[in-house]
Amino acid sequence: MKPFRQVRAFLLRVSGIFGGERRQRSFADEIDCHLQLHIDDNVRLGMPPGQARREAILKLGGIERARQSYRERSTLPMMDDLLRDLRFALRQLRRSPGFAITAILMLALGIGASAAIFAFVDAALLKPLPYRDPTKLVAVTERVKLFPRANLSYPDYLDWKKLNTVFSSFDVYNRNGYMLGTSSGAEPVAGARVSDGFFRTLGVKPLLGRDFYAGEDLPGVAPTVLLTYSAWKLRFSSRQDIVGQTINLSGVPTTVIGVLPEKFQFAPHGAAEFYTPFQGKKGCDLNRGCHSLYGIARLKDGVSISSALAEMKAIAAQLERQYPDTNRGQGATVEPLADVIVGDIRPILLMLLTGAGLLLMIACVNVASLLLVRSESRRREIAVRGALGASRLRLARQFVTEGMVLVLIGCVLGIGLSDGAMQSLLGLIPKAMLLNMPYLVGLKLNRDVLLFSAGVAFLVVILLTVIPMLRVALHGDREGLTDGRRGASGTLWRHFGANLVVLELTIAVILLVSAGLLGKSLYRLLHVDVNFEVSHLATIEVMAPQALYPKDEQLVRLGREVVRRVSALPGVESAGITSVLPVTCNCNTDWIRFVGKPYNGEHNEVNLRDVSADFFKVLHAKLLSGRYFTDAEDASRPKVVIINESLARQYFPGEDPIGKKIGGVTLAPDSLKEIVGVVDDIHEGSLESPIWPAVYYPINQDTDNAFSVVVRTSQSETSLLPQLVRAVRSIDPGIGTAFESTMEQLVEDSQSAYIHRSSAWLVSGFAALALVLSVVGLYGVIAYSVSQRTREIGVRMALGAQRSSVYRLVMREAGRLTFAGIGLGLVSSVGTATLMRKLLFGTAAWDTATLASVGAVLGVSAMLASYIPARRAASVNPVEALRAE
Amino acid sequence: MGERADVWQGTLALMVLKTIEMMGPQHGYGIARRIEQTSGNLLTLNYGTLYPALLKLEQEGWITSEWGVSENNRKAKFYKLTRAGRKQLEKEAKNWQQTTAILDRFLTPVEEQS
Repeated sequence: MKPFRQVRAFLLRVSGIFGGERRQRSFADEIDCHLQLHIDDNVRLGMPPGQARREAILKLGGIERARQSYRERSTLPMMDDLLRDLRFALRQLRRSPGFAITAILMLALGIGASAAIFAFVDAALLKPLPYRDPTKLVAVTERVKLFPRANLSYPDYLDWKKLNTVFSSFDVYNRNGYMLGTSSGAEPVAGARVSDGFFRTLGVKPLLGRDFYAGEDLPGVAPTVLLTYSAWKLRFSSRQDIVGQTINLSGVPTTVIGVLPEKFQFAPHGAAEFYTPFQGKKGCDLNRGCHSLYGIARLKDGVSISSALAEMKAIAAQLERQYPDTNRGQGATVEPLADVIVGDIRPILLMLLTGAGLLLMIACVNVASLLLVRSESRRREIAVRGALGASRLRLARQFVTEGMVLVLIGCVLGIGLSDGAMQSLLGLIPKAMLLNMPYLVGLKLNRDVLLFSAGVAFLVVILLTVIPMLRVALHGDREGLTDGRRGASGTLWRHFGANLVVLELTIAVILLVSAGLLGKSLYRLLHVDVNFEVSHLATIEVMAPQALYPKDEQLVRLGREVVRRVSALPGVESAGITSVLPVTCNCNTDWIRFVGKPYNGEHNEVNLRDVSADFFKVLHAKLLSGRYFTDAEDASRPKVVIINESLARQYFPGEDPIGKKIGGVTLAPDSLKEIVGVVDDIHEGSLESPIWPAVYYPINQDTDNAFSVVVRTSQSETSLLPQLVRAVRSIDPGIGTAFESTMEQLVEDSQSAYIHRSSAWLVSGFAALALVLSVVGLYGVIAYSVSQRTREIGVRMALGAQRSSVYRLVMREAGRLTFAGIGLGLVSSVGTATLMRKLLFGTAAWDTATLASVGAVLGVSAMLASYIPARRAASVNPVEALRAE
Repeated sequence: MGERADVWQGTLALMVLKTIEMMGPQHGYGIARRIEQTSGNLLTLNYGTLYPALLKLEQEGWITSEWGVSENNRKAKFYKLTRAGRKQLEKEAKNWQQTTAILDRFLTPVEEQS
């Protein structure tokens, strides 16, 4: 009962803060009535009216005091004061709208940018993975010299799983495409093959149906599939009875056993919709030297990553001794699963967050110096209020309130901005890439981002209030009343306010240099010499289900037919086929050995591509020696191979490789192939990776169920894509097509290009804002300092100083600040660039051209910004300047 | 002045509640007068201090107020006991009686007790 009453009373008092005027009127009426009643009584007792009134007032004990205690009781005094401070602050800001708007916009920009970037950091780096006890999950793979994270082979996985004592469970997965049978033929869908315990290791339970049972991933078990929530929703309209139904996956009738929960996501294999148990039965699955799997494992309690790694390395070493042919040089990698999922974008996000933070800092410094300028010009007001008895605390509180109002409005606006920024940043990420970043799905303003913004706002409030408070503390309160101390404040200003500009310019330089370096990296990246003609190439991937095309001859026929039909399309000049498109990855590698050359025992790792006879001609890649393949070269002909120039240079220095033979690591007779040609180094890997040695096999001698078609056109390659799809699908409705694109798009949108482009753009945005803000800041400082020195300048001119010497006076101050800022900035930006050199491509951290041009741009803009106040100073009328005092 | 005491802390509320209970709806001036009279003019009361106390009682829900017209035709704010206020008064009066009874025992000479 009691606490309830107190809460009620408290709430009444809180509500009493509002409607103060009405309450005061009512109270005045009541007091009035009280006095009248008392006077009436006194008069009745025989007092003269004057005395009656005096007595009554005396007895009331001073109306003012009564009113004061009444008001204190009716509201909460502290909040009441705060509200009054707020009103006063708002009035102050309304009085100088220019200042208020500038400050609020700057803060909104700074807070908005950092909140937007933070949302990404939060989603990608801070949120735990959506699995049970995610810190115990590790990615486990093999490791070779060229790949720190190399795929596992299935036999190795089985041994690793059997021999280890550090994992409570250990499973594997790999991507897999399927042709899903539909009423209108077949549609390519993305899927993954997983070992039976995959979902138990992650700690994910199906929403409907069951998980794979132990042993379901062994060959010969009836084929089953788990659907993701989105596949269930989009392809089977969320039918509850889907469990137990049979669907057609690549021609194989497969039973749906369950549906995964909506929130389930697994980034590393991209957009899989269908999960089938591993059921290793293909050649590669049984071959210890064929690496196609990724491992995930759950650490046992108390096992650290380093001890797990040590054990896996020991097991790998044991397997290496046991199987020297296949396992030579195969180490092990164990790292947190989180690193595998977000590792690539961590440095970029951190860099962007730093950039946003720096921008916020510039904004704060700018607003702080504006506040400082205002506190200078409000010296008198402060001094008067101090003289009238306002305590230092009271004055300080006023500044806090003003800062708070600015930051609060800026923060609300900034959060609004950040939401928009987030959505547009998300929109910039290509769809295909977004599939590999499921943690970004549903990115929006959430509690974390709001908390972060609140935290930032709190820091900014502190910064913005500390500076003017320092100003009050450093300066005697009463000094402002006497007007002859201008010199002292000028000194303080120059020591403190002006240095803020140096800081601002320094930050601007850092951001500009970073943007410059990233921009240059992007340019270098996009202008990497890929050694073929990128323009006018259209590509499409073709998938022929193994159930429909089990034999090599069928695939050879299919390939020829695809090329024939596509070549017949109007505008097509030539068409070819490859197993992996150029500029994608240094992957699908092979180990080779050379007949007649000493073998050092190491794996000679090379890119392996299967291509059709015309492939190189289609690309316009140069043949350096020997010949191309012919279309007739299939299983019935002797095996041949074309190598790239890097391979020739590395393994046949000073010799002619044509006619030499290469083979597998054991030089098994059926692996031997004769080198018939050397082509120029086609850029097979991603843009930023170096060129590797490569071997090209005739696709008719080494077929695959999935391959890419490359088409050279004489017209727009984009408009050709739909016809390309139709032409291929017309051969057989049972085969699928996907990833229709142009080579230019592939290059421009490749992950490395995208990452470089987006970071370059974002940092450039930050840098441009920083440039504007810091130049505005410098302008403000110089303009203020000129206004402070109007009298001094007037005196100088009255004494005969020339305009040019006034210019010099002002510009010298501006120059000093600019020089200091840019100098400091250049030094720090070399440091910053060194920290981010991982993100740079073909560009050194101390790229002098970038440093020099940033220095020049900022220097010129700063001088322009100071020229305006300098001109105003030079046009001071000495008479008026003196009279103004 | 020596024999007249200020109203001591914590008792004003009780006096106010009791006064309103006795007199029925009453305005601030009437309550103040009544308290002084009841004390036999032994208590001095700054009439002004009454108003924050009334406000507090109202905020706590023991009394309500209403504008009305006084006996000599002045517009005045009348305070009325609520049901909760009546209960509160009973409770506090009982507490106070207990307190004074206890104190009484301390202050009464021991030999007379036995």
